[in-house]
Amino acid sequence: MDFTLSEDQLAILEAVKEFADGELAPKAKETDEAGCWPAENVRKLAELDLMGIPVPEEYGGLGMDFLTWAAVGEELSRACTTTGAIFGAHVLCVYPIMMFGTEEQKRKHLTPLARGEKVGAFGLTEPGAGSDAGAVSTRAERDGDCYVLNGTKIFISNGGEAETYVIIASVDPALGARGLTAFIVEKGTPGFEFGKDEKKMAYPSLPNRELIFTDCRVPKENLLGREKGGFIVAMRTLGVGRIGMAIGAVGVARAALEAAVPYAKQRQQFGKPISSFQAIQFMLADMATEVDAARLLTWRAAWLKDQGKAFEKEAAMAKLYASEMAMRVTTKAVQVFGGYGYTREFPVERYMREAKLFEIVEGTSEIQRLVIANNVIRELGR
Amino acid sequence: MKVIVCIKQVPETSEVRVDPKTNALIREGVKSIVNPFDENAVEAGLQLREAHGGKVTVICMGPPQAEEALRHALAMGADEAVLLTDPASRGSDTLATSYTLAQMVRKVGEFDLIVCGKQAIDGDTGQVGPGLAERLGIPQVTFAIGLEVADGKLRARRVLDDFFEVVEVRLPALVTVVKQINEPRYPSMRNVLRAKRAEIAKWALADLEADPMQTGFDGSPTTVIRVWPPERRSGGKVIEGGVEEVVEELAQAIKGMNLAVG
Repeated sequence: MDFTLSEDQLAILEAVKEFADGELAPKAKETDEAGCWPAENVRKLAELDLMGIPVPEEYGGLGMDFLTWAAVGEELSRACTTTGAIFGAHVLCVYPIMMFGTEEQKRKHLTPLARGEKVGAFGLTEPGAGSDAGAVSTRAERDGDCYVLNGTKIFISNGGEAETYVIIASVDPALGARGLTAFIVEKGTPGFEFGKDEKKMAYPSLPNRELIFTDCRVPKENLLGREKGGFIVAMRTLGVGRIGMAIGAVGVARAALEAAVPYAKQRQQFGKPISSFQAIQFMLADMATEVDAARLLTWRAAWLKDQGKAFEKEAAMAKLYASEMAMRVTTKAVQVFGGYGYTREFPVERYMREAKLFEIVEGTSEIQRLVIANNVIRELGR
Repeated sequence: MKVIVCIKQVPETSEVRVDPKTNALIREGVKSIVNPFDENAVEAGLQLREAHGGKVTVICMGPPQAEEALRHALAMGADEAVLLTDPASRGSDTLATSYTLAQMVRKVGEFDLIVCGKQAIDGDTGQVGPGLAERLGIPQVTFAIGLEVADGKLRARRVLDDFFEVVEVRLPALVTVVKQINEPRYPSMRNVLRAKRAEIAKWALADLEADPMQTGFDGSPTTVIRVWPPERRSGGKVIEGGVEEVVEELAQAIKGMNLAVG
């Protein structure tokens, strides 16, 4: 395992950092509080070629690896968690089309997504199908040259703003997970509408919307992968999604650490900066160590993915550790700030609310533990 | 249209310190950046290319590491870059620099417009752009905040202390730009990668057929007698208390300064 970044990766990261510090970070509070889609930021991600980092160049991408994508995601999330979340949700649509799409689907759908001309979203979760992904009840029935979709998805990140959706539906509910099938559905398809945008603990500017399908006719050319192959599409997508969420968690935790350190140096109590007290130093030390540990776990998962090796367990470990780490680190950051940390004047209370997302989304911590346990028991239980 | 942009690599001035013994800038550990006004110049060049087609060539004179500044301009989207780096050009003042740049421009060849930043943040002279135009015998417009090119002419809006001035000149011409003219773009990742791999032409004075007496120390009548950092401002006075008290104290303080009210 070698995490030495190449010259190209370093150059990209330096440029992304410059953009994140110069453009995203100064507006992060405003972006959050606006409560609306940060179209300007998303347009800039596209202009900077950041929407298709792992996509081959022939389909409009940058042709870099997932490790690069993860490292960029950390910088974006660190500077602006909302923009980082949009970047992370977008790849959940990019990746399955890249992996399972036909040549024609890649030309038609992947290329505009990779160029950032279109934003993507992924629709799996339903009111009755969260952790139990096999319980998807959105139906897809074949009718001539189309599949007819009926059902409702919820909490869909980028929902309503995205133009291209990868939707998991069932062609045969009796088959459970084995009846699941993936489709590419474009915004504007008759019978495809957007419902409620959830009001959440954080991320008011990130849409998490209902997708409502009512006799929505999707051309059979938009079948992604094979019929009844949707569970694999969903699981593979979630695998990459977990790396994305882990790195988002590392980003917000780093933001909290980078806010806490200068504050601790500047805040005076008992005639000294509080950074001179061991109680604070120990907190900062734990925060820094945990951020690094989570990043390394995440980079390992991304590296395995880039090597074409199995990474399910490692992605689950990264996502589990990083999300719980982010909760601990952001909570400590609020503590370092004391009373001020609890106010909206400083960003750390927001980081703490934002961090909680990562313990739930893309498989809760409990589901990650199940995934890890299944793998560990299979590997070591002989 | 063919645009040539002149850029300079400068130390990030917020970090610059002066050695009290030698009066020289302490450059160790200080990050080098593209002179901010020159980033505006590159952006202006790129916008002209986007509007009219053509090519943007960026030229720079400096030590070998100034190559980084040129790579930044390439990453922003410039088409090609040339660095003049020659130990004999060390010590060039604005006279020698404008002479050397003029020789570079002649070697680059045909052009429609040269764009420079209004000044560099290290020397702050603002003389090189105008000097270069004089050397080349072309019209110049300084402090431009807006540029329009049509029918072989440049119409530039200049920002001056109390007013704007619109000037029209025939091309080829030279323009220097102010910060407010545009917002320099962030490099796209494709351009970052392209810039990393790009060949940057490196010229020496011999390549320019430059007169040695007009370059470097020999060509520079300017002598720097002393360089010193500005005096640190003291902390000022913080007035604390309720609104009424603060306003009262502030009013008294201002009265005490005997300032003219205008």
